Amino acid sequence: MTKARSATPRWQPRRSRLILVAAIIGVAGLLAAACGDDEETAEPAAAPETTQAPETTEAAAPAEEAPAEEATGAAACAAGETDGDLAFYNWAEYIDDELLAAFEAETGINVDYTTYESNEEMLTKVESGAAIFDLVVPSDYMVDTMRREGLLLELNYDAIPNAANIATEFNNPPFDPEHKYHVAYQWGTTGIGLTYEVLDLLGGESTWAVLFDPDTAALVPGSISMLDDAPETVSAALKYLGYSIEDVINNRNEDAVREAGDLLRATHDRLLKYDSVTFGDDLVNGEVDVAHGWSGGFALSIFEADAYETHVYTIPKEGGVRWVDTMAIPHNADNICSAHAMINFLTDAENGAQLTNWTYYGSPNAASTPYILDEILEDPGIYPPPEVDARLEFIPHAGDLALLIQDMHSQAKS
Amino acid sequence: MGPARRSSPTAGAAGEEAAALARRRQGMLLASPGALYLLIFFVAPLGLISVYSFATRTSTGRTSLSGWNVESYRALGDDIIVGIIGRSAWLATLTTVLCVVVGYPFAYYIATRPRHVRAVLLVMVMIPFWTNALVRVFAIRFLLGSNGPASALSESLGFGTFRILFTPTAVTIGMVYSFLTFMVLPLYVALERMDWSLTEAARDLYASGAKAFWKVTLPLTRSGIVAGCVLVFVPSFGSYVVPDILGGAKTLLVGSYIARQFRDARNWPLGAALSVLLIVAMLVAVALNQRSGSGAEDGSRPRNRRRGPDQGEAETVTAVAS
Repeated sequence: MTKARSATPRWQPRRSRLILVAAIIGVAGLLAAACGDDEETAEPAAAPETTQAPETTEAAAPAEEAPAEEATGAAACAAGETDGDLAFYNWAEYIDDELLAAFEAETGINVDYTTYESNEEMLTKVESGAAIFDLVVPSDYMVDTMRREGLLLELNYDAIPNAANIATEFNNPPFDPEHKYHVAYQWGTTGIGLTYEVLDLLGGESTWAVLFDPDTAALVPGSISMLDDAPETVSAALKYLGYSIEDVINNRNEDAVREAGDLLRATHDRLLKYDSVTFGDDLVNGEVDVAHGWSGGFALSIFEADAYETHVYTIPKEGGVRWVDTMAIPHNADNICSAHAMINFLTDAENGAQLTNWTYYGSPNAASTPYILDEILEDPGIYPPPEVDARLEFIPHAGDLALLIQDMHSQAKS
Repeated sequence: MGPARRSSPTAGAAGEEAAALARRRQGMLLASPGALYLLIFFVAPLGLISVYSFATRTSTGRTSLSGWNVESYRALGDDIIVGIIGRSAWLATLTTVLCVVVGYPFAYYIATRPRHVRAVLLVMVMIPFWTNALVRVFAIRFLLGSNGPASALSESLGFGTFRILFTPTAVTIGMVYSFLTFMVLPLYVALERMDWSLTEAARDLYASGAKAFWKVTLPLTRSGIVAGCVLVFVPSFGSYVVPDILGGAKTLLVGSYIARQFRDARNWPLGAALSVLLIVAMLVAVALNQRSGSGAEDGSRPRNRRRGPDQGEAETVTAVAS
């Protein structure tokens, strides 16, 4: 290489500038390579497609509370009917592969299964049309956002007879009041994972004070972490302050959100880190003693490390966040009948149990209970007792208040 | 910009013009693939970002391309954002200064070795860059962790365990490590093609070693320092993988904040406006550096007359770096 280049040493105007340019291009190349590891940076590139539907935007903007009108009527599919290979876009680590294989064997179609890490990632892809999916798994508030934007198809319940298996309390949620666009998939809670040692120091009762009250937090011998997720951190603070999350957000109570923001800011210096990915492993590894996180993440980490004697997931006495992930069909789906067939397949009693037995999240399927492992049914972190269950709340769609909630989380880190 | 070919006085003016035209055509032809690529993948997205920065976010988070306004730019004056930009600038400056301090002696050492040793050393500098950046950052995370080797070493030496992971210190260490090569390579190039006889002359005229360095070596390698600083400062200012992984997402920098606007807050107009602000600021900074850099080059700096394989090697280095 050296030899080859040295053959043309004469063409060198303004060497330093050339070097600078070469090096800048080099950095750009490296950055581009680094960005390749990170799907988020690809989002702006997907921007042109979003502009395809400006009419939708304008129509939806003034009528914020009204669902967009253009969502089409229910598709005409028979139960179990399929109309092509199914493009299934689901959260990572969220289904037993054997279920997919069983569905393929039963229907004779292929499942093209891809995964995402966040609701927003899924939303961006569906919204831009960069990829077409037949079935997606949005969480509660995302169902609300997507139906308001006209991104979901109305379901045809005639093609989903097994939907009758879903427990009644999941059939009238605030995020889809007429229950037209989703069928519940799995549900869980947001709370606190901790060591039994810390739980004993708290008098055997879990409380948000272990994060937010300086004196109580001082009892923790090790470190503390919180989710890196604005709606979750703000909701936890609201719960500690005695607010109802649904009241605050539905009534657009900015003062309460700011109060929660101040509390988060005061808490910041006590935290080891914010983490939404490895919080469970960090807990069982001893990196932290107290972690704010999602029920299933803790259940999986505690199971894998066999740490049942030492670590536990709890829902604080003040109550916590409840969330539901749901199955829904995007507005631009190609194989609508196949999507209905998959929803019907996964709401079958035994298949629904197999989902939960693999994910360790709660099942919304009432008919599945006999098939679910006892250790899951008896785990209060997965199936909380009624009095705790009554203190769980959804995080509603926040509209413009979402920006303030994001700002409060950012401000805490300033 | 072609080679300064001396035309013989007998050659016709017309012929020379035609040759110049042909050269220009050839140049355009050679440049067109790159230009096209940049147009599609750099200029067009940049244009889109600037368009989005004047758009409106609907209450469901969609970006509405109607009702153009400058609200997003006004929001940039917000205390939170100003604080984040200030912190990012400080951390990027610190990283750049540390890179100069660490990188200069390093580059000096390499540049003053015999040529075959230099080649080996340069390859060693570049080997880490053939590994995925994310993998390297996670390796540092392990290294600095409370159960990691650094902590174990400190404990065995009787200093007790230490905790620097998830602090700004860890972020700085990670950034210096990530970007040091961008400093070393341009510095090496500048030092390597410096005319050492000038320092010898300074020494002959009774300058001390330190004085010769300050008065001769440092000014002669100024373009390398400037290039290195730009190369380190720009990416560290926008860095967001390192602060998130090594800082435990506790130190919110501008790169993470922009990513957050696009992803979590779904506030594309604000994210776009902040991106535009940063891009413009960077362009201005680079342009100013370029101007001062080239001024120094044309004026005070004696041109290096040495020609030969060594310079080819210097060129190869930058080529490999890219």
